[in-house]
Amino acid sequence: MALIVTPIVIVGLGAFSPSADVWRQLWEGPLPEMLWTTVALLVLVGGGTIVLGTALAWLTTAFDFPGRRWFTWALMLPLAMPAYILGFVFLALFDFAGPVQTAMRSIFGTNVWFPDVTSVGGVAIVMSLSLYPYVYILARAAMREQAPATYEAARMLGDSRRAALLRVVLPMARPSLAAGSALVMMETLTDFATVQYFNVQTVSVGIYQVWRGMFDRETAVELAALVLLIALIVIGVERLLRGPARFHQRGAPRDIERVALFGWRKALAIGACWAVLGAAILVPIAQLLYWLLTSPAVVTDLSRGLEYLSNSLGLAVAAAIAAMFFALLAAGGARFSGRTLVRRAAHLVTVGYAVPGPVVAIGVLVMIGWVTSGAGSNPAGLVVASLTGLVYAYVVRFMALAYGSVDASLEKITPATVDAAHTLGANPSRVMRQVYFPMAGAGAAAGAVLVAIDVLKELPIVLLVRPFGFTTASVWVWELASESRWAAAAIPALLIVLTAMVPIAFYLRRERLSRGSAVALETRLTTAGRS
Amino acid sequence: MTPVRVPVHFRSGSPVDTIDHVNTGTSRRLEVRGVAKQFEGQSVLRGVDLTVEKGTSVTLLGPSGCGKTTLLRVIAGLERPEQGAVTLGDRILAGGGKFVPPEKRRIGMVFQDWALFPHLDVAANVAYGLPKDPSDRGRAVADALNMVGLSGFENRMPSTLSGGEQQRVAIARAIAPRPDALLLDEPFSNLDAGLRATVRSDTRALLRDLEMTTLFVTHDQGEAFVLGDEVAVMRDGVIHQQAPADQLYSSPVDPWVATFVGEANLLLADANGQSARTILGDIPLAEQAFGPRTVLLRPEQIYLSPGSAGEVKSVEFYGHDCSYRVEVDGTEVIVRSIAAPVFTRGDYVSLSYQGPGAVAYPAS
Repeated sequence: MALIVTPIVIVGLGAFSPSADVWRQLWEGPLPEMLWTTVALLVLVGGGTIVLGTALAWLTTAFDFPGRRWFTWALMLPLAMPAYILGFVFLALFDFAGPVQTAMRSIFGTNVWFPDVTSVGGVAIVMSLSLYPYVYILARAAMREQAPATYEAARMLGDSRRAALLRVVLPMARPSLAAGSALVMMETLTDFATVQYFNVQTVSVGIYQVWRGMFDRETAVELAALVLLIALIVIGVERLLRGPARFHQRGAPRDIERVALFGWRKALAIGACWAVLGAAILVPIAQLLYWLLTSPAVVTDLSRGLEYLSNSLGLAVAAAIAAMFFALLAAGGARFSGRTLVRRAAHLVTVGYAVPGPVVAIGVLVMIGWVTSGAGSNPAGLVVASLTGLVYAYVVRFMALAYGSVDASLEKITPATVDAAHTLGANPSRVMRQVYFPMAGAGAAAGAVLVAIDVLKELPIVLLVRPFGFTTASVWVWELASESRWAAAAIPALLIVLTAMVPIAFYLRRERLSRGSAVALETRLTTAGRS
Repeated sequence: MTPVRVPVHFRSGSPVDTIDHVNTGTSRRLEVRGVAKQFEGQSVLRGVDLTVEKGTSVTLLGPSGCGKTTLLRVIAGLERPEQGAVTLGDRILAGGGKFVPPEKRRIGMVFQDWALFPHLDVAANVAYGLPKDPSDRGRAVADALNMVGLSGFENRMPSTLSGGEQQRVAIARAIAPRPDALLLDEPFSNLDAGLRATVRSDTRALLRDLEMTTLFVTHDQGEAFVLGDEVAVMRDGVIHQQAPADQLYSSPVDPWVATFVGEANLLLADANGQSARTILGDIPLAEQAFGPRTVLLRPEQIYLSPGSAGEVKSVEFYGHDCSYRVEVDGTEVIVRSIAAPVFTRGDYVSLSYQGPGAVAYPAS
């Protein structure tokens, strides 16, 4: 279990032993601007996702309009669209040579003004569109689970619908909104791929450039420590906003009375849902399909694509199995040892999910450095070490998903169930085979699938840790997109998006705007808060 | 505004005994006529009639799923009835194409899970329904809290209160704006059994002193009898009978109400005018009847003595009384007597009826 936390601790220690030289150099160089950009991006994306997520949650909770049921579910789909894919489609559509500006020039003449899309604002729009579902899911859960009874109480005491929303529903959803936007900011901190399309320099970009470009380990660790510090500040602010408030109401979640919308309000509601869905997922997929069907470059890349794809799949499967193995150890250990210390330690393994990817990556890279420095510079050994490190980094980062699923399934098996099996004459191995496996198996499998899909989508960690010459589907998308070879990036991008949609389509739909998924999301943050 | 003296009934409250400036409000008569409501094609209310006279209380009693909570929500304005009318005093709240939204009805409601605002302290919860004008606010909050014995709790958060205290905050919050009527949806079901009885009688006494038009909802027959000046028994979306508790118990309108409000022996009988022949002999009837009937005999109206008419099948001793099951000619008769058991299983006894004229129903 200590292994899981080690990379984060390494980076954290970096913060306690700052080297004055490095900092002076950084401070006189690009750092102040990087910091400023990072903070601006965090604020814009945090604000954007809160507005989008809360408004859509309220729209689908409090009003009725044609297609509402479908929209409630469909509005979660953008979770499947990674920002590094949405980002390059956005650029292709809106930059100087793109169809939108070309069309505007042909209509309004060549001097028509258009905002510069390669800016912090442009990235903020892309990231808000791909990350708002975090806030949306949590806000909806809060409105359904906590508000109905108190909402009705407010109505009985003289509040109109609008007054009850402002005085009761929103204040009660505040902790969930804070949690959702903190998660969003964590994802924003993790990203250094999307922002590079837009020539936006954040601290996370700095880490990548320093490590990959200059092989400057010391500076990279210091910068990673800075990112970790920003992450801790975000979590601290979230705690502060949430305060001691954790509002739980008795009773099953249900909807508050919905008001049917008519006329222009109905059109506006439907239009808003379609606009978000269109911008976040429909138009990008349509554009990717268009490139796929019209571009001749696609076929020549196919064999390389297959190799990269199999790299991705191999990595995903390895990480899923490893994560599940450790999750079973930790969850099982916590359950059966019964000691609080062990249980706390087990919970600690989920911390990685709330720590920005580059922090984990740099920590792992430092560890790889220790291991390989002893073994000399055997190139094959280096590749093996890097690949192992990559799987290890993924286990650290995505352990929470596996642990959560396993823990939730074990939760269903009460001690009485096991005792009952024993009193009926079953020996331990039969209890294992006939009680534990059937009851926990499905949950564990679901957890493994979640880990595998997140690994498939993941970009920052693989970019930093991968051995030279090792490319995955996500890296390939990024490389092609960075060279503006957008059409060629369409195939892997589509593959990633469609694969990522599978669990959302089945998992979230089955859970009916799932309490489970909201809880899983919140767990990420509460565990992060404890670290 | 009439100054009245309101005794503080709740225990563990402040030492203040009376409040001299309480407004009894504008309590009004609540009337429900022919209300019908469907959910997804299922009829939940099918023509409900119910009246709560000004300043009195009625308990709505029925098994779970009978529609009583839906009726309460229709009165509150949280659900729209498809047919029928709801009136409060001379105001039509629903019916004839009119629908007054809940916030304009001047009806207070205490929810089953109390639904306190968790993000507001006790004072802010109680002040929530008061007018924005701040002149009288502090006073009204203090009065309402004093009435439920929670003076000094103003700055506490709901999550730090016990169940009984939360329940009292919910009542204070509902009565603080002086509503025209008050609805309570199983308000005591989330309390411990020990606490329930005292809180129940305290609440009843407070609302009576306030002369509040009150409608309680409960599925507990004992609770219904204690709380209401009248009890309305509901089943499958229809009110079977509304009457004072004693009348309901002695003269239920049909066999179902008879068994729902208490233990009942429904015996086959052959009526011939003023009396009817049963396995217990001739029983006097409340109203003249002829031919085959079913008569209602309450267990406490039957007395046992040594004899040979029936065999004691079981004895249950409850402390304050005991209950026998006696088999007479193949029919089981329940007998209750206020004493420790004098007969045991296997004893032979004879049974006699001592009571007023019994209610007879058409034989089923």
